[in-house]
Amino acid sequence: MQASDQAGASHGSYRSYLIGFGISVALTLISFGLVMNGALPTASILVCISVAALVQIFVQLSFFLHLNASSEQRWNLLALALTVLVTLLLVGGSLWIMHNLEVRMDHVQPADAMQHN
Amino acid sequence: MSAQHHAGAHESGGANKLFGFWIYLMSDCILFAAIFATYAVLSHNYAGGPGGKELFHLPYVLGETLLLLTSSLTYGFAMLALHRGNQQQVLAWLAVTFLLGLGFFGMEINEFGQLIAEGNGPARSGFLSAFFTLVGTHGAHIVVGLLWMAVMMVQLALGGLTTVTRTRLLCLSLFWHFLDVIWIGVFTIVFLMGVM
Repeated sequence: MQASDQAGASHGSYRSYLIGFGISVALTLISFGLVMNGALPTASILVCISVAALVQIFVQLSFFLHLNASSEQRWNLLALALTVLVTLLLVGGSLWIMHNLEVRMDHVQPADAMQHN
Repeated sequence: MSAQHHAGAHESGGANKLFGFWIYLMSDCILFAAIFATYAVLSHNYAGGPGGKELFHLPYVLGETLLLLTSSLTYGFAMLALHRGNQQQVLAWLAVTFLLGLGFFGMEINEFGQLIAEGNGPARSGFLSAFFTLVGTHGAHIVVGLLWMAVMMVQLALGGLTTVTRTRLLCLSLFWHFLDVIWIGVFTIVFLMGVM
């Protein structure tokens, strides 16, 4: 059981910090190893390093930032959930719009653009 | 409303400050989201210049990553010492964290310097503008964290472990661990995906 201060934030222990650190180092080495080795197909590597990054973010949020589902942390978690939503909208929306623009502009070749100058 | 009532009834101002600082970190996260989105859109606009494959050296980036990750661990050890009330150990672990963070920043400055010296500065292409903005913004946060850490070490040495310094060190711990979480996104999206 982790110790808890009057603010309800858990402190962790040497053990929990070292576990979080160990998992993070392992995930980091796996990601770099996969890309530097390059043995797998590109699509597989992309999926693997994306999953490794998401897992590592989750591991650091729980072992280093001590986020958990306890009632004291409900407002921290709600703020985080909103942030994740806004992040997905911002990044996903930007990529969607700009990709769409690129596809629709595809027929304009650099040579055509030059002629108009 | 109910959370405010609850907090006001049982807890000191420290908890409110920590929650307020958490809200700031979430807004900072949205700032990074906007810069990540910009980078994602511009990441293939090389303007005839070099791409990530030619510019990034993964072993070097791995070194930076491990420095920052280890500094997150040592800041955690400083917090464990804080909760035991051991001021000397807090100072020692903060000093170790500061040096690791300084090492990370030094490596980053060195990398930026080499890129600019080779003519691949932020003005070279859309890709490099976005690269310098994203990695530079993270680096600027690291500098602020280092300055804050230096100030806290002086405050600790002069005034000791008080309720005020304790709350400030807890806020800085959120900030420092948060920067490591952002770096996971940076090394995965910018460096690893950049060389693929």
